[in-house]
Amino acid sequence: MTDLAIEATGLIKTFGETKALAGVDLAARRGSVLAVLGPNGAGKTTAVRILATLLRADGGTARVNGFDVRKQPEKVRESIGLTGQFASVDDDLTGMQNLVMIGQLLDLPKRAARQRAAELLAWFDLAEAADRVAKKYSGGMRRRLDLAASLVGRPQVIFLDEPTTGLDPAKREDMWDVVRSLVSDGSTVLLTTQYLEEADALADEVTVIDHGRVIAHDTPHGLKRVVGGQRLTVRPANPAQHDELVAVLRAINGSSPADDGRGTLTVPVDGDDVLPDVVARLRAAGIAVEEFSLHLPSLDEVFFTLTGTRSRDHDEEALV
Amino acid sequence: MKKRFSLRHALVLAKRNIIKVTRTPEQLIDVTLQPVIFLTLFLYVLGGAMSHGSPHTYLQFLVPGLIGQTIAMSSISIGQNMNADIEKGVFDRFRSLPIARSVPLVGAVLADFFRYVVLCVILVGFGYILGFRIATNPLDLLAALGLAICFALAFAWVSLFVGMTVRTSGAVQGVMFLLIFPLSFGSNAFAPTTTMPGWLQAFVNVNPMSHLVSAVRGLLLGGPVGAQVGWTFVWIVGMIAVFFPLALRGYIRRT
Repeated sequence: MTDLAIEATGLIKTFGETKALAGVDLAARRGSVLAVLGPNGAGKTTAVRILATLLRADGGTARVNGFDVRKQPEKVRESIGLTGQFASVDDDLTGMQNLVMIGQLLDLPKRAARQRAAELLAWFDLAEAADRVAKKYSGGMRRRLDLAASLVGRPQVIFLDEPTTGLDPAKREDMWDVVRSLVSDGSTVLLTTQYLEEADALADEVTVIDHGRVIAHDTPHGLKRVVGGQRLTVRPANPAQHDELVAVLRAINGSSPADDGRGTLTVPVDGDDVLPDVVARLRAAGIAVEEFSLHLPSLDEVFFTLTGTRSRDHDEEALV
Repeated sequence: MKKRFSLRHALVLAKRNIIKVTRTPEQLIDVTLQPVIFLTLFLYVLGGAMSHGSPHTYLQFLVPGLIGQTIAMSSISIGQNMNADIEKGVFDRFRSLPIARSVPLVGAVLADFFRYVVLCVILVGFGYILGFRIATNPLDLLAALGLAICFALAFAWVSLFVGMTVRTSGAVQGVMFLLIFPLSFGSNAFAPTTTMPGWLQAFVNVNPMSHLVSAVRGLLLGGPVGAQVGWTFVWIVGMIAVFFPLALRGYIRRT
């Protein structure tokens, strides 16, 4: 048995005129997290649907948990859990009924199915809502129920298609904790995301795709080295001090800050070590700031660095 | 390697469909209010003319006919519901589970069994209130209703096939009406075949609805039924043999 839980080579998928995947390779070691990073319409969802046997590739091969997705789809389905971009729960059923139904479809006896459902509802903080119909759940609750549904059978490989898109920051952290605990239990996770931050927080390796092609594959650390680590963004309280601020920021490591044209300046930095120094210099220069933040490059900046062009939301392809 | 079909899985999904009906009981209108309205209208609008002023004679003739027509009409909703349901995310979940592909469809048909039973009880019960009486015995009544329900369970696959083929659930209804109207009115459900022109008689005599209605009529009112029950079963088997694979193929293709 190979030590790769997910292994795809040269995946091709065309929808009419649109080439959703133009030869994508993906690989995830057992017990690791692979993040697939890309903008809307890059082909992330298509790749996940092929790996989860919902869609047939036009070309290329893929193995999940050692089984060929085309030749042994039933074996693949026994190994996986899937949480889509849109919650795949039944609105007319209660949280409990949804999970018991999945358990019974996975051949758990009724009692065991109820027990597993209760366990998952408690884990995802849905115990109190167990007997309410999913229609009445909030967006975040539906996401959690959906994720719970994909874990009923204790799958070895879990696909999470943009698990945190649309969640508020606190809920996002909760979701990250869930992913970490799944991996510590030995599962392999493939998650798609539009946030480098998320990939950085969770993934062992990151594959960046755009227009159905892999444009980079690296560890988060390696990827950050390529795209230049963190960014410091500063906006002066008094726009007249713009030039003085430019001078202060340039002094950090010699590179000229980028100006967004509305007075906000961004400069690459090597880490948070420089912050006390920058603060001291700002105080010395008498510059008050309205915004002062340290963050990872946005997806847009990553793409700019990797491809030299701005990523676009290919909305017309977003649904494929 | 294909996953073997499991009746237990289908029953789990049948339960899901029944829960959904109990959440929105309006879905039962076609098996409760509709037969009551049809029986009332047909009896009092046509009854006088059909039996020269004696609606009761027509009632005896009409109830078996309406069992055939309304049970066929009540199978429209399964195609409609599945057409709308399949767009929802929960079907992605079913597809990613290690269950046979046919399970969601078979589950829906099994759940419909319960709707057809409701329809039979309402129609025969309301007929009884209006004065309908069976001339045979309760066992024959059960056999008649069982036959009608089997017919409906087979016809449901036609509806599912249409539901998997056309784009919107409104279109499912349109296509099914187009099918059910000639089948039910072009049969012996509402008027004796002998009153019709020869070319129409030719159609009526091979129409599956006529076989069903004749068999039900014989079982409820007496008379020879063997051949008609036989023909009805031939149609039931035929419909399943043709439309089960077609509906399943439509379901698998639709992603």
